[in-house]
This record gives sequence, structure tokens and C-alpha cells, in this order.
Amino acid sequence: MLNIRNLSLSIPVSGQHILAVSNVSLTLEAGKVLALVGESGCGKSLTAQSLLRLGEFQGVNKESGDILLHGKSLFDVSSEELRKIRGGVISMVFQEPMTALNPVFSIGSQILEVIHLHTELDKDAAVQRVLALLANVGLQDGEQLMRQYPDSLSGGMRQRILIAMAMAGEPEFIIADEPTTALDVSVQKRIIALLRNLQREKGLGMLLVTHDFGLVAEMADEVAVMYAGEIVEQASVMDIFDKPSHPYTQALMKCRPEYTKDGQLAVIPGNVPSPGDWAQGCRFAPRCNQANQACSAAPVSLDAWHSGAHQARCIRVDES
Amino acid sequence: MSVLSVSHIRKVFKGGGFFASGAEKVAVNDLSFDLARGETLAIVGESGSGKSTTARLAMRLLDADAGQVMWAGEDVSTLSGKALRKKRKHLQMVFQDPFASLNPKMKIVDTVAEGLRVHQPHLSSAERRLKVAETLQLCGLGEQALDRYPHQFSGGQRQRIGIARALIVEPEVLVLDEPVSALDVSVQAQILNLLKELQQEKGLAYLFISHDLSVVQHIANRVMVMFAGYVVEEGAIEDVFKHPKHPYTKSLLDAKPISHPSQRNDEDVLALDEGVASEGCAFALRCPIAKDECKSFDMRMKDRVACLFPL
Repeated sequence: MLNIRNLSLSIPVSGQHILAVSNVSLTLEAGKVLALVGESGCGKSLTAQSLLRLGEFQGVNKESGDILLHGKSLFDVSSEELRKIRGGVISMVFQEPMTALNPVFSIGSQILEVIHLHTELDKDAAVQRVLALLANVGLQDGEQLMRQYPDSLSGGMRQRILIAMAMAGEPEFIIADEPTTALDVSVQKRIIALLRNLQREKGLGMLLVTHDFGLVAEMADEVAVMYAGEIVEQASVMDIFDKPSHPYTQALMKCRPEYTKDGQLAVIPGNVPSPGDWAQGCRFAPRCNQANQACSAAPVSLDAWHSGAHQARCIRVDES
Repeated sequence: MSVLSVSHIRKVFKGGGFFASGAEKVAVNDLSFDLARGETLAIVGESGSGKSTTARLAMRLLDADAGQVMWAGEDVSTLSGKALRKKRKHLQMVFQDPFASLNPKMKIVDTVAEGLRVHQPHLSSAERRLKVAETLQLCGLGEQALDRYPHQFSGGQRQRIGIARALIVEPEVLVLDEPVSALDVSVQAQILNLLKELQQEKGLAYLFISHDLSVVQHIANRVMVMFAGYVVEEGAIEDVFKHPKHPYTKSLLDAKPISHPSQRNDEDVLALDEGVASEGCAFALRCPIAKDECKSFDMRMKDRVACLFPL
């Protein structure tokens, strides 16, 4: 199990550290897909990157809280252990297949590097493993592909190679940050199927970071919705689609073009507030069409709702 | 009369790269369309299908190897330099990436006013500023935006600025290349609403390039489906989306993201599916119903579809 507990993160903004993620708790379980959704700038990628302690390279500070891998804090491990965890226990599939691969190394050498880092395989066995990984992500002709360079491949093929690399260290958990947004629709569908098959086959725990409800509908078991650095709603994927309870979740669902055939689309007025500009009380209240004075009076807690497995951070949730 | 008319255009790119042997790629092949006032024509297709090249040919940002481009009934295929620049007032472009398409060192007022310097050079700077303010307001931005720089705006606001920059010279046609695909869905909805309002108010015609079928279905009246440089199907949006005739169109529609988890379908689609046939029907390699005859089909449109065995 991978637990994020009451995690708060701050980012450097013109010389100061400003809170960007506040009190986030999430659990990744083997064999389950948890989707983290929200607009750009709400803190979802920061939260996801914290699972590999990647934000530290950009000056992100942990203010409070913890991340526990099978009960052990990720903040207590040595840098040697952390290197083993990255890719070996928790790995990541990035959004941009055009930039996440190194253009000057062949595909083969980039995947071999991961295998050498995480296994004791000799050279021949490692090459066999690369070929198996490539076949696993639907890429035939692996021997030739290993000699090729990223610029000779299509976006869909590069994304498959990134997925093969993420699988190379046989991780237990995989973090997929917008894994399909840069791809064509028909390629998207295949990458989704591929990720879903691998995740099920290997019983991986997956954190899927996305703003795309289509992808959530395809893959997620559980959904957490983030706004202005905090979780505002969490529920099973069916409950999120059938009974969205937080006005922010409701509004996000209604903005989708397939929701309105003709005429005006529903919109959320205004923009996501930057860290440091969060409203007192409910942070969504300034953009909420259901807000009243009470909403801004005090911070709102994330409370159980419906069955208890459904949580929402809204004081009016009982009225709706 | 159509405000934009393209007939039988063709564009071939010579093989790229430093060491490349000079292989040729037909990016757009014998393509024709007409766009009427107040109408939205969408072009859909995957990367490399030629949709952006088509937009650039229609804009005369690229020279076609063959065919004719007409703006408001006037042949502009052979115009160049100053003569072409003067005509550009008629047709303006909105780009995909609002982060890359605005000059970070220029104030918004100067970026948006650039077109005015070419098309209305007689305006004083105070008149220009007023016109910029009016246009920004039309696009939902207040006067405080004038003296700010691009980095002070969110993605959606920058796209509003991009639209204002295109509108300020009062064009009749906007060519929009993936105008909302870099935006969050909430912001995407705001921009789509704005485009619809502007169209109703001004009778603008849109050539709308997108790979997002839900967006296209929402905004377009007609659609052209491109594959490997060919138009494989075209028609009114309801006809094409409800009754696709080309197997490629159907495969695109089948790949549309689902809107509810209950629609999940666990079919195995692991195989890579990216080939393009070099002879006959370009889609034949991927087509589930391809037959031998398809290998010699010349992909001519007949009854809105370029297929020997339409669905």
C-alpha cells in the first residue's frame, strides 16, 4: 500500500514558499486505479510527483504530513534506497512522449539502463527482457526497434516505449500523469487498453492524473477531485458520475461538450486561484453558483456522505 | 458566394532531414471545399493526415503545388508580398498554443494592435488603443488587460487574446487550428461559447481543425474527414457522425472517449494500428473490410465518401 497522509507542500514563488497542496490524504492499493482530477494549477501533478519525491528538484518543500510505502516513510529512506524505489517499486509514465525520451540514445539503451539499475540480469538476459517488454506493449520487431532513435517513431509508439520503460523495473505502483493527452483519439483508445491490461495483469496500483473525464470513465475504480490544493470530493467512479456531490465536480462534468448538443455550454466562471490567492472558507465559493455567506465563514472539512465511502468538502452537500 | 474556396489543391513535401534521401510525401491531395458566410467547416483526422497543411494552404502561409485558393471570390493563388498581405485582412488565424503564439516581451495592447498597423495605418495610437480595448472586451477581457504581458494571463485568457488579435482587422473567416485542445474542459467551454457568440454576431465563417470529435460535433455544421492527405468523407455533421460511410470515419467515431464508466468495453486493442498504404486506398492496411480491389482504388470522392465499399 502507498499512503499519502495529510500531505502539505509548498512551492517557491519569488523568494517565498507558498502552500500549493494542503492536507491531502490518498491511498493507492494493489490492483486498483485511483484517478486524481481537476483543472490545471490545482496541485494534482505536484501531489503525484511527491510520490517519487521529484518536486524537490524544483524547490518544492514538504511542510507537513507523510508518504508511507508499506508503512515506511519515503522521507526516511536513504538516497540509495530512493533510487531503487524510483522505477523499481513506484514508476511513472509522463505526459509528453516527445520530450520524456532522450533523443541521443537508442530505444534499446534507454530501456536497458532501467533494467540494469533494478535487476542483476546479465547482458543477454537483459536484452531478452527488453524484447519481452516491447512485445508486451504491442511493439513487434523489437530487435530493430532497439536500434532506433526516438525521433523516428510516432507519438503512439513513443508512449508505448515509455510504458515499457515504466514496467521494466517491475514496479508495484505506477503513476500516469496525463498519459494520453498528446495522442490522437484512435491511438488514445489503444494506449488506454494497454495500460488497463497491464495494470490488471500485474495487479498494479495506479495513480492516474488527468483532467479528462473520458479517461476517468475508461480506467478509474476510485476518483479524487482536487481544487486549489485540496481534495474536494472522493468516491467510487460510479458515484462520481452518477451522484457528483461537490458543486465543483458537478460543474466540471457539465462543461464537457458531449453534455450539451446545441447552444451554450455550461462554464465555470473565473479561473483556478493561484496558490496564495485561495479564498477563506470554501476555496471554490467565489466561483460556485450555489454558494452563500456561510460557505466563506470557515474552512470546510472533507466529510463522509452517502454510504460513507463518498466524501465531499461542501457544507451544503446535504441539501442537494 | 463562398468566403473561402479551395479547389484541387495539392502539396508535396520533399523528404526532410539532413541525411534524408529526398523521398516525397503527399501531404494534401486534390482537395476542394467551399466555406460560406456564418458557417463552420471542421477538418478532422489523425496527426499527419494533412489537416494543418490544408489550413496553411488555405491561409496562403504555404504555397500549393497545384490548385486554386479563392478568398471572397478572388483568386489569391498567385499573389505574394504586399498584395497578399493586404488581402490577409479577409482571413485570420487562431493558433493552438496560446503560450507560444504571443510575444512574451510585448504588451497585450501592442500584440493585438499589430494587424491594425498593416490594415488601418491611418489610425492614431489613441484610436488604435481604443479599438484594441473594444475588441478585447468583445472577447471577454477588461481594459486592465491592455498594459499587461502574456505571462500574467491564464491559458484561457491568452486564447481570448489570440482571438482578439485575429478579430481586430475584421476578417470574414477565422482559421482555427486546434484552438481549444491545450485548455482545461472548463476553459474550453468558455472559449467554444465565445466562438459561437462571435459567429452569430458577426456572421464569421470558421475553418475549424480539431482531433476532438466531441468539440467538432458541438461547433461545426459540416465536417471533412482526412486520412493520409486525402478527404475520405465529408458532409453535414449529423449525417457523418450518425451514419459514417467510410470505415476510417467509423473507426474514429468508435475511438471517441466514453462519457460514463458503464460504457466500458474490454475488447483487446493491443495491436499497433498506424500503417498507411502507398498504393490504392491509403486506409486499406487498417481497414476491417478491405478487399483486393481496394489496392488499386484511386480514392476519388463519390456521394460524399471515397470508398469502394461504403458502409
